[in-house]
This record gives sequence, structure tokens and C-alpha cells, in this order.
Amino acid sequence: MLKWIQQPWPWYVAGPLIGLLVPVLLLIGNKSLGISSSLRHICAACLPAGIPFFKYNWKKEAWNLFFVAGVMGGGYLAATFLSHSNPVIVNEKLLKELQGYGITNHDSLVPTDLFNWPALLTLKGLILMVAGGFLVGFGTRYAGGCTSGHSIMGMSNLQLSSLIATTCFMAGGFIMANLILPLILQL
Amino acid sequence: MNQPIIETNTDFETRSLDAVCVNSSELSHPWWFNLKYLAAGILFGIILTKAEVISWFRIQEMFRLQSFHMFGVIGSAVAVGALSVFLIKKFNIKTIYGEEVDLPERPFNKGQIIGGLVFGFGWAMTGACPGPLFAQIGTGATVVIITLVSAIAGTWVYGLLRDKLPH
Repeated sequence: MLKWIQQPWPWYVAGPLIGLLVPVLLLIGNKSLGISSSLRHICAACLPAGIPFFKYNWKKEAWNLFFVAGVMGGGYLAATFLSHSNPVIVNEKLLKELQGYGITNHDSLVPTDLFNWPALLTLKGLILMVAGGFLVGFGTRYAGGCTSGHSIMGMSNLQLSSLIATTCFMAGGFIMANLILPLILQL
Repeated sequence: MNQPIIETNTDFETRSLDAVCVNSSELSHPWWFNLKYLAAGILFGIILTKAEVISWFRIQEMFRLQSFHMFGVIGSAVAVGALSVFLIKKFNIKTIYGEEVDLPERPFNKGQIIGGLVFGFGWAMTGACPGPLFAQIGTGATVVIITLVSAIAGTWVYGLLRDKLPH
């Protein structure tokens, strides 16, 4: 049993479990699944700076901060107690492409060749981590939700706006991964 | 007498601006009731990590159509979520506190297109949407704290410029 849990979980186990979080959160307290709003609540709590968008009682959304703290804890528990020590299995074609950019280490889910502290001082690292993170935070709020809020919760509720948002997430990702990212990785 | 009610409603309107995930409950509970969401978050974090949704490699495979995995995860999650929402509506299932379940309607605006594309760029660069950012830090990839802080900064700048952006 433990051995099975330590393997990477297939999509048909993980997907339905994630889907079940939608009714669980609705029924235990009328909360709609979502993550990116937590970033806004952190702004509202720490640096509202008189901006109207951050002038609300963030304590009413404290549940969301507990939720993301749990996600962090879940990552810790999974990596510490439920993991195997084999390298991450990566598609052969992708592996070959990444080798061309000097990315050979696939021991962990976050590629250590790209994402590490010293890399922050390089242009490539700065673009991937700092600019990339900025786009995630800016884009999700502008879109009104992220993969959890729009793609899972909103689409479960059959919202057209969420379908449009998800299509654009995917379109943006396709453009970046295939057309722009290769240029960044060459740096 | 009316003053507090008006204030509460305005507050909810601001809170639910540009957001899917809101607290629709009108009940107020002591803080430790939130531990339920901590537990739900832990489960979410474990699933995201074990299914490798937080893996930069899996995200690259998805955007290069080299693997079905991510499409399978999102697709089956939506299928189960949609069936659940359908059943909650059909049988008018109440929360454990007896409240009516509130499902936010989100009208279309241009933000979903422009913001969606911008987020898509960031997703392919960092290999993480907001949930996985938190989970990646938990797995010990401490440098992702910088990516998270930068994402918070991005949200803050959006708040600052919101009125000037097309919607």
C-alpha cells in the first residue's frame, strides 16, 4: 500500500480527488475552491496602501490563507513521507530538448538546474523566477482566478467566463513554452 | 441600524471582485474553525505533489502535447466537480451549518482573455500555477519563495492599475 502511494499518482486517481474538493469546500462552509485570491488577501493584510482593490475585511477570507498554508504543508508531507527517490520520469523528446539547454537534472519536480538561489543572479533565472512569478500574480488576478478557481471551480459550475479564461491560460502557455521559452532557455 | 448591513454588503462586493473563490458564508465562527480548511489544503497539497502537477516538467509536457497526464487531471477533476455541483443544485443540498450553497456567477470581461494569456505565459515559465507555488516551497524548493513574493507583487500592481486596465 505504502509502496503504491509512493509512486507518482496517475491522473485518474488525482483528478477525481481534486474534483471532490469542490463539494467538500462548498459543504463544510460555503467556500468556492481557489488559490490565487490568497495572494490578494496577503496584499490586503500586509500592504493595502490605500488602494481600493485591497480595502476589504480580509479576515473574512482568512479560510483561504489557512487553505494555502495547508497546501504548503501537504507539499512538505508528500515530499518527506510519501516520496520515492527515483528521478522524475520525463518524456524522451522533452528530455532531449532540455539537454540542449544544459538542463540534465530531473531528480526533483522543480528542476534544480533552473531554479536555485545562485541562479537568481543570472538573467535567465531572473526572468524565469521573478518575471515569471510576477506574470502569474498579475495575470491570475486580472483574469479573476487561476487554474483552481477558473479551470476547476468555475468550469464545474459551467461558467462560460471560466471556460474562456482556461482557454486563454492554455493559449498563453502554448505560446510561451513553444515560441518564447526556447529563447529564454538559451540565455 | 442599517449602517452595518450596508457596510457588510459593500465589503462582500469588494472581496468578490475579480475572484472566483470567495467565502459566501454569512456565519462567523471562532478562528479555529479555519483548521478545516488547513486540513483540506493539506490534502490538496499532497494530491498536487503526488500527481506531479507541481512539476515543471509535467507542465512543459502539457504545453508541448507530449503527455496526456495534465489534461487527464484537469479533465477528470472538472467532471467530478461538475457532477457534484449538479447534485448540490438538483437536491438543494445545504452546508453542514444548514446554509444554502452559494455558487458565484462570474460574468465575462476582457480580463479573462488578457489576464488569462498573461497568466499562461507565467505558468509555462515558472511551471507552476498559484497552488503549486505553495506546494513546491513545501517540498523544499525554497527559492520558489522568491517566485511567490513576485506573484504577490504582481497581484499588488494589478490592484494599483486596475482602474486603468481594460475590462
